[in-house]
Amino acid sequence: MSAPVTNSEKTAPITIQRGAPGEEPWMETYDVPWRPGMSVLDAIVWVRTHADSSVAFRYSCVSANACKECMVAVNGKTVYACTERLSEDGSEVGPLKNKTLIRDLVTDIVPPKENLRTILAERAKG
Amino acid sequence: MIHLETDVLVVGAGGAGMYAAIAAARNGADVILADKSLISRGGATIMAQMTTAAALGDEEPDSWEKHYEDTLEAGRGLCNEELSAILCREAIDRIREMDDWKVGWARKDGNITGVMAPGHSVPRCVYVDFLNTGPAVAKCLRTQVARADSVMRVSGLAINDVVVENGAVTGAVGWNLEDETPVTIAANAVIIAAGGLTRLYQRNSASVNMNGDGYAMALRAGADLIDMEFPQFFPIGHLAPRLVGMDPIMWDPFRYKLGGRLFNAEGEEFLHKYGGEDAEKYTTTRDIISYGITKEHEAGLTTENGGVHLSFQHIPEEKLREAFGPVIDKLAANGIDLTKDTVEVAPIAHYHMGGIRVNGQMETSITGLYGAGEVVGGANGANRLSGNAIPEAFVFGERAGRFAAEYARGRNRVWSDAAAQEHLDLLNTLIGRQSDGSGDKAALGEMWFELQNLMWEKVGVLRTGDKLAAALTRIREMRVTLADMVPADDAEFNMTLQDWYDLRSALLTAESVTLAAINRTESRGAHQREDFEEMDPAQVHNQRLRLGDDGEVLSDYLPVAKGVAA
Repeated sequence: MSAPVTNSEKTAPITIQRGAPGEEPWMETYDVPWRPGMSVLDAIVWVRTHADSSVAFRYSCVSANACKECMVAVNGKTVYACTERLSEDGSEVGPLKNKTLIRDLVTDIVPPKENLRTILAERAKG
Repeated sequence: MIHLETDVLVVGAGGAGMYAAIAAARNGADVILADKSLISRGGATIMAQMTTAAALGDEEPDSWEKHYEDTLEAGRGLCNEELSAILCREAIDRIREMDDWKVGWARKDGNITGVMAPGHSVPRCVYVDFLNTGPAVAKCLRTQVARADSVMRVSGLAINDVVVENGAVTGAVGWNLEDETPVTIAANAVIIAAGGLTRLYQRNSASVNMNGDGYAMALRAGADLIDMEFPQFFPIGHLAPRLVGMDPIMWDPFRYKLGGRLFNAEGEEFLHKYGGEDAEKYTTTRDIISYGITKEHEAGLTTENGGVHLSFQHIPEEKLREAFGPVIDKLAANGIDLTKDTVEVAPIAHYHMGGIRVNGQMETSITGLYGAGEVVGGANGANRLSGNAIPEAFVFGERAGRFAAEYARGRNRVWSDAAAQEHLDLLNTLIGRQSDGSGDKAALGEMWFELQNLMWEKVGVLRTGDKLAAALTRIREMRVTLADMVPADDAEFNMTLQDWYDLRSALLTAESVTLAAINRTESRGAHQREDFEEMDPAQVHNQRLRLGDDGEVLSDYLPVAKGVAA
């Protein structure tokens, strides 16, 4: 996790799609301290740490590309946030288009057999 | 609210939790396997790069007793001998069982092959190429869990508290992340397999969910912790240049296979100054290398980024490719050519030796409450050998699952809403707290940031009584501050509610680590005091930590558990 912005530091903008189902999605832009080689995940973690902790985002393994949880759309392209570099000119990050939106950048990637609501619905059917 | 029932609830679905669920199911229990992340994806197991120690003896003579002696030697006198013996003896069975399940251990001439790792007397660390042990193990166990009909797997279910009534477990309380619904689970037994605490540190190598949940959950349930002063710092974590898509621990396998050399910023080898070996020998244990690099840093002999150089420049490209194939391409994509460039490395929080105090059946002092995997303390004493963490997950997971099933199956459920009420009240209070929008939107994130820096600076590789005391005071203040903090109002995937609970666990765990570190006025293994630089023979004992009536952490001493049960 990187340090808060200081005045002299170079920053890069990251624009994140916000909102839950039923809401009109909106975009929020955050200026994050720029470091050579930084990933989109680094930038989102910085936003959650220093700007707005309520940004919903799913990740686990922190940049090892092992957990495969951090899939998002960056400038419209499906990528892992942990291996995608943040563009110096700014990157736009949204949820996966082909998955059900839960909130912000989080989509329903849980297998149905591991989702509590689906399990309970199946049980109710008998 | 959702209410569920089961014989055995397993909290955490990494290597230990999945093995526990498999073992509980095959011993006749119904199981709920819950993870706040996704089943098999969160936790530390999936991050494992390479070494899994087991005295198979297929390639050259070895025995579990030799592995056990090496483990005790590394543990600097503090290992619980029964747990260490179980680990080393049963690692063999679990590695062979995983082989039957086709995990894909690397083979040579038909035999499962092992590499030498520091502190081991025999090459016994098996692995899956290339740097793929963790993902292969996670996938293999995931498949086995899915085949067990009596296991209900739930991803995105965060367990906050174990419910205890009359000294015995009756279940747990948590919430469903997707929609913030409170969940109660009546369970005869609960196995805590929630992993370690590395997220407490600024530089760490673990998954984001390794935030001390298991230790704090055990303390709040009334169980004991031991050896909490011993987080392990992996000495050569990647520091620079920025590397994405790879675990910072990846240089360890490079050293196993290729040797490599460490230099300070002046271009000099330095480990010999601290009792280690230089040249291309990778024999020095983790505690000594971490200490050495930190001392070089203090002496101004590290790079601008605060690290030392790791060099494979003398190794021809074809040898690099033979050993690591596709990894060399990944490095190239990050702009690193090992034949030309050194990389900078520095210590990084990696593992925790301490943890929940259990007996050989993985049972805590609370009836029906079990621990498994990294969250258990004792098997590795004051310093863990590389390669002992993955077998610990398998062996302790299997035992916890088996013994919990024996206890729980066929037993009448005892659940009363009254016993769960305080935990539900807290959850509902937090959900009901409305922010007026005027506060700092990143207050919980900033608290995480402060805690990670505090632990790194004051409860890190090199410690002093003054720094530790300052940390303890601040951690206790932060616990008070957190109690009144307000999560955001979101009902779906409320990460600030998650942050609140994660911080509650992290701060209680941090207090335990810091208090234990203050009390140990000597240097031993991973606990290094600048004000007490020598090992003190009078301090060959374990510290036990418990939660006092007012929520403060209390400590006392126990003699080291000696002797191995048959």
